[in-house]
Amino acid sequence: MTTDSRKEATSPSSLRLVLTLAIAGLVSGIAIIGIYESTLPTITANKARELREAVFKVLPGVTQMQPLVHRDSELVVVDQPDKDEPVIYGGYDDQGDFLGYAMPAAGPGFQDTIAILYGYEPDEKIVVGMEVLESRETPGLGDKIYKDMDFVGGFSALSVEPEIVAVKKGTKSLPNEIDAITGATISAKAVVRIINEAHARWVGQLPAPGSEPPFVLTEAAGDEAGQ
Amino acid sequence: MKKNESYDEFIKGIWRDNPVFVQVLGMCPMLAVTNSAVNAVAMGMASLFVLVGSSFLVSTFRHLIPKQVRISCFIIIIATFVTIADYTLLALVPKVHKELGAFIPLIVANCLILGRQEAFASRYPTRLAVMDALGMASGFMLALFSLGAVREILGDGALFGVKLFGENFEPWVIMILPPGGFLTLGVILLFFNWFKYKKDEFLEDVAAAERGSD
Repeated sequence: MTTDSRKEATSPSSLRLVLTLAIAGLVSGIAIIGIYESTLPTITANKARELREAVFKVLPGVTQMQPLVHRDSELVVVDQPDKDEPVIYGGYDDQGDFLGYAMPAAGPGFQDTIAILYGYEPDEKIVVGMEVLESRETPGLGDKIYKDMDFVGGFSALSVEPEIVAVKKGTKSLPNEIDAITGATISAKAVVRIINEAHARWVGQLPAPGSEPPFVLTEAAGDEAGQ
Repeated sequence: MKKNESYDEFIKGIWRDNPVFVQVLGMCPMLAVTNSAVNAVAMGMASLFVLVGSSFLVSTFRHLIPKQVRISCFIIIIATFVTIADYTLLALVPKVHKELGAFIPLIVANCLILGRQEAFASRYPTRLAVMDALGMASGFMLALFSLGAVREILGDGALFGVKLFGENFEPWVIMILPPGGFLTLGVILLFFNWFKYKKDEFLEDVAAAERGSD
C-alpha cells in the first residue's frame, strides 16, 4: 500500500466521486441506447407478425387485412393509426371482399390484464374466432383460456346477441352460450366479459353490413398480401 | 495450484455455498418464476448473463471505483446488463419474455447479484471473480431448475411442456400456485440441512475413530 492509495481510500475528492458516477451513467446510457436501437426492428417486426397471424387465425378465410379507425362517425382506412387510437382490423379475401372484423380488446383477468383479438362477422352478428394476445394467467389453470382447444374452439359461430354467456362445461344449449373451463372459471368468464364489453363499445360505430370500407391496396398491405 | 483455485471458486457456488439452498438469497425470483422448468431455466440464464457480466466489469475496474460510491456503481453496471438481457430476450424469444414478465427487470433487485459484487468481485482479480460468478449463477440456475422441475412435474404432470403421465394424471394444482413454491423450497432446504447434519456427524465419527485408533 502506498501513501497515495491509502489517502485515496479515506477521502477521494467529491469531484472524483461525481465523475465516476457520471462516466458510469454515460457508458450505461450509451449501452442501453445501443441495445434498444439494435433490437427495436426485430421487436417491432415480431409484434407485427404476431398480430397479422392472429388476425388470420380469428377470421377464417381471410388473406388480406387493413387497419381501420373510427373518425368523424365513420370507419376509415388508415396507414398509420395515431398512438392510443383504438384500431380494429378489416379482413378481406383474395378478391378484396370484406369478410369480417378482427377486434383487439383488453380487460382485467384473474392476475393481470388479458389482451385478446376476436373475429366478428357483422352480418350474422357472430364471433368466429378468439386469440389471446397477452395474459399472465396462472400456468396450468388460467392459461387454459389459450391452451384448452375446446374453449378456444368454442368461439366459432358464437352469437353476441343479447350477449355471450359462459356456462358450466357441457351445458351449452343456446347460440350465445359458451362452455367455460373447469378450474379456470374466472379467466374464462373474463374473456367473455372482455368480448361483451368491446362489442358494446364498437357495435354503434360499425357501418351497416354491406357498406364496410373497401380494401385499399396500400404499400404496407401490398407487402402483407405478397407474403 | 492456480487452476485449482478457479475450480474451487466455481464449484463452491454450485454446492457448498449454493446461493439458494445454503445462503438463501434471491428468494423472490426463486419462488415467483419456478412454476415451470422452462421459465426457471430462462430466468437462470438471464441471471447468469447479468452476474457474470457485472462481476467481470466490477472486478476489472475495482481499483477505479471509489469506496464511497461503489454500491451506486455496482447498481448502474447491473442495471445496464439487466436492460440488455431484457431487450435481447424480447427480441429473440418473445414467448419466454412474456412468461417471465416483470421478473426480468427485477433481476436488478436480486440480492444475490449485488451481494457477489460487494463480497467477492470488488475484492478479487478478474479471473477469480468470473469463476465465482459462473459458479454462483450455475448454482442459482440449478436451484431454480430443481424447484421448477418438481413443481411442473407434480402440478402439471409435465417437464419442459412434455406430458410425462397419461391422460388420467390428476395435477396437484397447488404446486404451480405460489404456495407450491414455498412447500417445495421448504422440503429441499430440509433435505440440504439434513444432508449437512449427516455429513458433520459422519466426519465427527471418523475423527473419533481416528483418535481411538491412535
